[in-house]
Amino acid sequence: MTAEIVAAVLWTGVTAYAIFGGADFGAGFWDLFAGGSQKGAAPRELMDEAIGPVWEANHTWLIFDLVVLWTAFSEVFASVMTTLYVPLTLAAIGIVLRGSGFAFRRVTKQLAGRRLFGATFALSSVVTPFFLGAVLGAIASGRVPLGQHGDPITSWVNPTAFLTGFLAVATCAYLAAVFMVHEAHRNERGLERYFEVRAIGASIGAGLLALVGIYVLSNDAPFLFEGLTNEALPFVIVSAICGLATLAMLWKGMIRGTRVLAVLAVAAIIWAWGVAQHPYLLPGEITIQQAAGAEATMVALLVVFALAAVFVVPSLIWLYRLADEDRLEATEG
Amino acid sequence: MLASWFAASFSAAAQPPPQLLPARMQMAFTLGTHIILACLGVAFPLVVLIANWYALRKDDPVALLLAKRWSKVMAVVFAVGAVTGTVLSFEMGLLWPRMLGQFGDVFGFPFAVEGIFFFLEAIFIAIYIYGWKRLSPKVHLWTAVPVVIAGIGGTVSVVAANAWMNHPAGFTMTPSGELTNVDPMAAMFNAGTGYQGLHMLLAAYMVTGFLVASVYAVGWMKGRKDRYHRLGFVIPFAIAAICTPIQIIVGDTAARQVFSKQPTKFAAMELVWKTGPNQPEYIGGILNEETGEVTGAIAIPGLNSILAGFSVNTVVQGLSEVPPEDRPPANVVHLAFDTMVGLGSLLLLLSGWFGFVYWRKRDLPKSKLFWLLAAASGVMAITAMEAGWIVTEVGRQPWIVYGIMRTEEAVTDAEGVWISFGVFVTLYAVVALGTVVVLRGMSRRWRETSDLDDIEDTDVPYGPRHAHEPHESEPG
Repeated sequence: MTAEIVAAVLWTGVTAYAIFGGADFGAGFWDLFAGGSQKGAAPRELMDEAIGPVWEANHTWLIFDLVVLWTAFSEVFASVMTTLYVPLTLAAIGIVLRGSGFAFRRVTKQLAGRRLFGATFALSSVVTPFFLGAVLGAIASGRVPLGQHGDPITSWVNPTAFLTGFLAVATCAYLAAVFMVHEAHRNERGLERYFEVRAIGASIGAGLLALVGIYVLSNDAPFLFEGLTNEALPFVIVSAICGLATLAMLWKGMIRGTRVLAVLAVAAIIWAWGVAQHPYLLPGEITIQQAAGAEATMVALLVVFALAAVFVVPSLIWLYRLADEDRLEATEG
Repeated sequence: MLASWFAASFSAAAQPPPQLLPARMQMAFTLGTHIILACLGVAFPLVVLIANWYALRKDDPVALLLAKRWSKVMAVVFAVGAVTGTVLSFEMGLLWPRMLGQFGDVFGFPFAVEGIFFFLEAIFIAIYIYGWKRLSPKVHLWTAVPVVIAGIGGTVSVVAANAWMNHPAGFTMTPSGELTNVDPMAAMFNAGTGYQGLHMLLAAYMVTGFLVASVYAVGWMKGRKDRYHRLGFVIPFAIAAICTPIQIIVGDTAARQVFSKQPTKFAAMELVWKTGPNQPEYIGGILNEETGEVTGAIAIPGLNSILAGFSVNTVVQGLSEVPPEDRPPANVVHLAFDTMVGLGSLLLLLSGWFGFVYWRKRDLPKSKLFWLLAAASGVMAITAMEAGWIVTEVGRQPWIVYGIMRTEEAVTDAEGVWISFGVFVTLYAVVALGTVVVLRGMSRRWRETSDLDDIEDTDVPYGPRHAHEPHESEPG
């Protein structure tokens, strides 16, 4: 039972990273395609302001997820790391380049430097979620054997992992664009339509990928497909409805509520994956129960989670509220 | 059933696996880089907090300007530290999967605690850095307090995980390699957590204090002897100077802990070959690891025994006691230990010098030698800290978990570790270059901007007001 609760908290952590970290990555995606330094200046500046105060806290979810995985489900962590070291190393490199590129651009005034750091930030923002998504796809399609070395290449160079990689990038772009519509609306800088168009484009892209996914998964990951079309079907439907509703509202130029719907669409798909492979942690290899570490450790982790709920969650909410009320802003570098 | 793979890995290989060397080098390199940034992430907030508090209390615009600028430097350093720290959590699994697979649920717990502290630190540092203009000065000042506390808690937690590798506790291992009686609290609060945690925390404050102060010492020597540079020097230097004598005492206690709990490491630190009383203290020197002879050292008779147990009769275990394959490379450990102690002592003298002059004259020392040493103190503190990590990490070899798991048993089987090592060296070199370039750019910009034409800073209620005296600004 404790193992199931810890796994649920881990899934919540993954969901939080997908949403908040995802929106940050997505900002880098739109930064990459914002055009030249003249044309792209206004949207870039707005995105910069939006993610500046929150990206490090958002990013901490990844550390949280890794640490919980290795403490609670050590063998699974070791197996994932030994099989998928290539995409994970590439993701780690991407994370370093992205964080430092972003921080450096903020405090750089010369155009050449800003361009270099900005391009580094933007490019790694697109590449990193792809590799992280591919890792999830590799796990979900049962390509990580327990305690052995899966193939270092074919474990993630395959239809499912590529699908989830691209889906991750599309999801990030989608979330960022929807969030930025709100940001633009609040700031009244005339960028609402700019981000609405992009949010619509990203949601259509993500939707098409999901449709392709039905075909890919039914062939390449039958176990996952089976789960998604049975136990997890309600989650898939919720995700589809929320996604379509967001799309329709954005089309009509309605803003209120789209943020929540977009978040629900993404969260539902992460939980659909979890439910689909439940009770397995590594599909076909090991269940949550079997993978769980010592009971004392699981209990200790639950205590830490409770403390986190008391201290971290209110602090995070305060941070987001301050950011939302425009009470956080950078002074000149 | 799960442990079969890990149990199988326990039969020690005759030849160390080829990926052991690059894996160790990559870990040492990335950790050695991150630790400098981590020190700044942990201790810089206190420096900024004190400057900010002083500024509000004394209504001092110079201190406020320093606090503001330091917070911007802190933002850059914290960002780079956050991502290099993330790399380490990947590397735990990428390089040492078997240690994590075997012991993750024992020593992972302090990392989980550290994760929570880091979360709080990341949240409040963002609020502090971005809250200068719109939060009330009091509220804003208070938002730095959780950053300081979370930094302390995070340091102790993450060092607890390292201390566990030196003092494994909180589990029982069956002959087949299965772990029972796992107690994460006992693992976290192992015999090394207290002294190692305190030792690292003080090191973080020393590194940050001396490093920040050394920037202003350089400015001072260049003739910028204004209030801005005086405060910029005194605040961080005083913090470091207070920590240094405490650090010497903690370090001395730590050495005695190593003597009693990790005798082989202690023997390597002190180049003790044959077990016995009345051991000399070697300063410098090289041990011949065949014959046990020490050459080129200054030997102080009996002092090592006295330091270890307050008496020349204290018996110290020698390296020859353990088989060669269980010994760390003694000379590396010994020279690193001497480097740490030597630089620490020099910093103690420098702190005493500063304290004495300030006590007698209420002024900064005038001596050129003092300022030269102060300008070098940041680099000295970093070198001492890195040397200390070499002592504890190389000194534990060949074990990754002391007495239980060898480093070669923990390493990944993955190929291409040399490639990943090369990539990370290149990557970190680029990031280090970027950090230096942007920080220098900021400092140049600040030096060119006098406060009076800094409109953005003066049009808000909570920002530096006009300085009472003209001054040039040097990097913060």
